[in-house]
Amino acid sequence: MTSDMILPFYQALTADVTALAAQATVPSTDAVQSIRRKALERFTAMGLPTLKTEAWRYSNIQRYLKEFPYELLNNAAPVAPTVAQQAAIPELDCYRVVLVNGHLQADQSTLPEGKGITIGAMSTYADAPGFVTYFNQQHHLETESLAQLNTALFADGLYIELAANTVLDKPIHVIHVYSCTAHSFIQPRHLWVLNRSAAATIIESSVHPETTAVAFANSVVETVVQENAELWHYCVQQGEDSFREVSTTAAQQFKDSRYHHFSVTLPGTPFTRNNTSVALNGSHTETNLNGLYITNKHQHVDNHTFMDHIMPDCNSNELYKGVLLDDSNGVFTGKILVHQEAQKTNAFQQNNNLLLGSKADINSQPQLEIYADDVKCSHGFTAGQFSEESMFYLRSRGIGEEAAKALMVNAFSHDITDAIHVPALQHFLQEQIAEIMNN
Amino acid sequence: MLTIKNLHAEVEGKKILKGINLEINKGEMHAIMGPNGSGKSSLASVLAGRDNYTVTEGEVWFNGKNLLDLSPEDRAREGVFLAFQYPVEIPGVSNLNFLKTALNEIRAYKGLPALEAREFLKLTKEKQQLVDFHSNLMNRSLNEGFSGGEKKRNEIFQLAMLDPQLAILDETDSGLDIDALRIVSNGVNKLRDAEKSFVVITHYQRLLEYIIPDFVHVLYNGRIIKTGTKELALELEERGYDWLKEELHLKESV
Repeated sequence: MTSDMILPFYQALTADVTALAAQATVPSTDAVQSIRRKALERFTAMGLPTLKTEAWRYSNIQRYLKEFPYELLNNAAPVAPTVAQQAAIPELDCYRVVLVNGHLQADQSTLPEGKGITIGAMSTYADAPGFVTYFNQQHHLETESLAQLNTALFADGLYIELAANTVLDKPIHVIHVYSCTAHSFIQPRHLWVLNRSAAATIIESSVHPETTAVAFANSVVETVVQENAELWHYCVQQGEDSFREVSTTAAQQFKDSRYHHFSVTLPGTPFTRNNTSVALNGSHTETNLNGLYITNKHQHVDNHTFMDHIMPDCNSNELYKGVLLDDSNGVFTGKILVHQEAQKTNAFQQNNNLLLGSKADINSQPQLEIYADDVKCSHGFTAGQFSEESMFYLRSRGIGEEAAKALMVNAFSHDITDAIHVPALQHFLQEQIAEIMNN
Repeated sequence: MLTIKNLHAEVEGKKILKGINLEINKGEMHAIMGPNGSGKSSLASVLAGRDNYTVTEGEVWFNGKNLLDLSPEDRAREGVFLAFQYPVEIPGVSNLNFLKTALNEIRAYKGLPALEAREFLKLTKEKQQLVDFHSNLMNRSLNEGFSGGEKKRNEIFQLAMLDPQLAILDETDSGLDIDALRIVSNGVNKLRDAEKSFVVITHYQRLLEYIIPDFVHVLYNGRIIKTGTKELALELEERGYDWLKEELHLKESV
């Protein structure tokens, strides 16, 4: 018996698998049911990750799963619109999608409409061509047991499909509300498909209403960026103390497509794990993975990335920057796999950290596996403190130590924030960073 | 305004300043010259509060306050400004944001409200002209990718913006071509008034053709060994420092 099996949560999961699967009422086409069954088999074979699981060596998820007796939660009680409003970004002109525990709240949402736009609950679109073609097709999900658990048991989520040449005029702000009265394990599942030459910006935020019940989210987003399409995908994580999160994003890119992913984790949630993986199924693509984590107290943030260069002539750029305050710790894993066929690959990766807390630490590991011989790949890692000379320069101009630190942190994160192409979001995050550093 | 009494300081256990005495009054322009390693830049650093220097003896009074008790930021807020010999590049901090923060922190210290955006911009425009500091440099990151001359002009521009009572210019002229030197000197001269005092630290007499000092001090081996007027600078240019050193050794051996 492995240690995870003694978790009450795990026992509940495995006690009556069929009953659990039945709880997840939708979507329930035969194809989906078959996918769910396979996923459940894989999950039970793999079990929950432990410290012995290579991909989880530095993130003791068991500790967080044991903290509270979590129950699987598949439904959503109504939540007042003021809750979602907490995640609103000032001055952001956008469409809004509010999901409570993965369930779409149409009355609180403003959905984009028009030719070529399909958007709604996953449960209503299990027959949609995009769903049938792409649901659970990103093969990286297969090796991650929590993603398999999500596939097996998710209740609902957001489905978006943009037809060829459809360009959204405004960003979609997806607000995930996690609401529960008992400690709950919640698993939303989303699929966003951009067909040929489509373009969109999607911003994700989450909010967990003030409560003593702890929510543990295990969410999966699959994105598909078809030929020549472009997706800007922002994840803003500013969770509460009573929230924990494993967030998996699995993207597929096709020929000439561009995918820009930002994951910004700010203080709040004690445990965050982001699995971000991109499979390059076409040539001449561009991928930017940007991460910024500013952590405090005993916060633990783990960014686990996987750039899968399957096809030749693709470009990927990965930049993750961390500011670790107090006793917080960060983990960064950057896997780059360049297949033998993927000649002329450019794949760059950088992870820079400011360790500002006396007990803060960072574990960073690049994993480059390169089987092609004509490629340009690089990786780099730094961890350091503020430059004393810069601090003295700022202070010699009358800027107090705290304000100087705030300026320096803003400066450190500027190559991430500068790359944000939505001005309201950029401004919002800069303000948030300044506020964190001033407190 | 500034009184330095018997100032001794060391860095990493090495004695650098060995008993400096200096009195600076309102509106005066003092030049400090001296050979390499005499302690000129160290004096500037100690006055600005660089923390790798340890003051082992002596006092520094600025407008009745014990300067050595104050943090670097409080010294700046009290009106001491150091123009750096090597201004630091800080990528990601825009010049404009940096100046606004500095100005408003100094104003807050004095109990003044933050400048409104319009007033700030007006002030910026006005002071930019003093040193021919291009507007496009304003929005760039602080000193990042600036040429040597642009960096030094930025120091003088900051000096103009922050309007201190005492400005210490640490080898501001080093590495400047003649045009940049003229621009920088002109800027300094325009800022001179009856209330403001300057300490100009330089290695080269050339600067003092553009900025005319009231007093010239020669620093050698951590002490001021001679004080004179601008003529002293000319003499140094012609004769170098050796004759002074000899004079000093003669005096000490007596």
